[in-house]
Amino acid sequence: MIDWFLTLWNSLPDWLQIGVWNLLKIIVVVLPLMICVAYLTYAERKIIGYMQVRIGPNRVGPRGWLQPIADALKLMMKEIVLPTRSDRFLFLLAPVLSLGPALAAWAVIPFTDKLVIANIDAGLLYVLALTSVGVYGIIVAGWASNSKYAFLGAMRSAAQIVAYEIAMGFALVGVLMVAGSLNLVQIVQHQAGGLHQWFMWPLFPLFIVYFISGVAETNRAPFDVAEGESEIIGFHVEYSGMAFAVFFLAEYANMILIAALTSIMFLGGWYSPIGAYLPTALLDIPVIGWLLGDGVHWLLIKISIVLFFFLWLRATYPRYRYDQIMRLGWKVLIPVTLIWVVVIGMVKFFTPFGFIMS
Amino acid sequence: MTFEQVVVYLISAVMLVSAALVVTMRNPVKAVLSLVLTFFSAASLWITLEAEFLAISLVLVYVGAVMVLFLFVVMMLDINQAELRAGFTNYLPLGGVVAVLMVVEIILVLKGREYSGLQLASEQLRGPGYSNTRELGAIIYTHYIYPFEIVGFVLLVAIVGSIALTFRRRTVSRYQKPSVQIHTTKAERLRVVKMTTQRVDLTTPEEFVPTTPIQTTPTQKAEEEST
Repeated sequence: MIDWFLTLWNSLPDWLQIGVWNLLKIIVVVLPLMICVAYLTYAERKIIGYMQVRIGPNRVGPRGWLQPIADALKLMMKEIVLPTRSDRFLFLLAPVLSLGPALAAWAVIPFTDKLVIANIDAGLLYVLALTSVGVYGIIVAGWASNSKYAFLGAMRSAAQIVAYEIAMGFALVGVLMVAGSLNLVQIVQHQAGGLHQWFMWPLFPLFIVYFISGVAETNRAPFDVAEGESEIIGFHVEYSGMAFAVFFLAEYANMILIAALTSIMFLGGWYSPIGAYLPTALLDIPVIGWLLGDGVHWLLIKISIVLFFFLWLRATYPRYRYDQIMRLGWKVLIPVTLIWVVVIGMVKFFTPFGFIMS
Repeated sequence: MTFEQVVVYLISAVMLVSAALVVTMRNPVKAVLSLVLTFFSAASLWITLEAEFLAISLVLVYVGAVMVLFLFVVMMLDINQAELRAGFTNYLPLGGVVAVLMVVEIILVLKGREYSGLQLASEQLRGPGYSNTRELGAIIYTHYIYPFEIVGFVLLVAIVGSIALTFRRRTVSRYQKPSVQIHTTKAERLRVVKMTTQRVDLTTPEEFVPTTPIQTTPTQKAEEEST
């Protein structure tokens, strides 16, 4: 059976082999990601529920574990209402435009130094480019709906995303200055050697700015004016059923992406926080050593912790007013990043720390 | 034809079609979106030429920032199609001359270098160790450092100039000062008011009869008496 499969595989033309192999890699990343998105919604409702002394979903399946599946089924069964005189093609294209970049950015995310779909040299730029393309989904959705509310909401969200992208980009400029590389694998490898080597310490202001901009970029509370239940202006007011769900898939996929990027840039990626301090003899023990040493499980743990912070923020803070959002982005976060970029440059050039960093 | 060539021809076809759509689309918003697609295909073509830094910065700068602002403006405008098309015959000779000139220039460039299509490009491909980002950085920050700095300064002047030209503080509108607002204290916003209490006997829920008469202040008494 295996022999037959191998001969079949070898008989395929070269380009088909590459295509099938890459397709498999994409499926291996995207399928678990979709499951994570589904269960992130469940985790969100449970965690916020417990924070607010409620129980959260507990009816569907044991302890409510099937709730996300029930939600997905419900949304799939619903009718997608097309507003009259809306642009049919663009109206249906918009959710895809917002989901596509959120998934495509995972191509360069390194799970370990070997486990990465495309280890490209300009990985950090690629991620920045794709997160900036995600805004088209919002603008097109607002315009194609042919509704004033959706349009105003789209303008508002798009302005917010464009503003926070700048702070985000500058925060990453600091990272690439310290790491001396745009390659995400090399950026993580630069943080090898335990907790104290992580970039979150020398780049602490940028770490905070990046996290806040990440929250704003994904339209999460307290920056969720896009959703804004109290003012019915949001780019997706005219959407229903699966088209609406795809926007939320994109939002949660983006959340996980931002959490993954924060872990990679500032929290040492797949490196264990304690492994470097332990004796090597301990790390050679089969299971314990594998758990304490570096590996993909540490990245997943870090992503989960950052995601928990996302949910915690939502349960804690009230929504920002729109002018306060703009003020925070332009007048607080961007100056902080600009100053810290200069500080990093000075440190690298004038002090002995520069040699340690590079 | 190799796989790469198929990809290149496919992307080029998409790019040509979308570029044609930019001109022919009746709806300006859709024309801008076609332009975005054109930029995207151009970036993909650059990636096939191993110029990944240029490709990604094209997407980052033009698709991610410039075209978003473009879309903003075009969506807000109320463009009258009939008015736009009215001057078509007047502008046709001038436009035609420009178009012919551009075609001639392109032909001259392609003929002059003995350009032989995709084969030439694929022969120049570097090995897997080649990094377009590193090469560009090395040459920009050493050989072309002064032109690079001047370009950066010109952009800064443009930013300052555009802000100086468009920013005028309107005297009639009133501003909110968020920095003052967020530094507010509890004493400014919250006032605890002492109220006189009344006791309600909860054991008889049918009718809420106050067991003790309502304590009224002298002023309230005076008001009641006056009514």
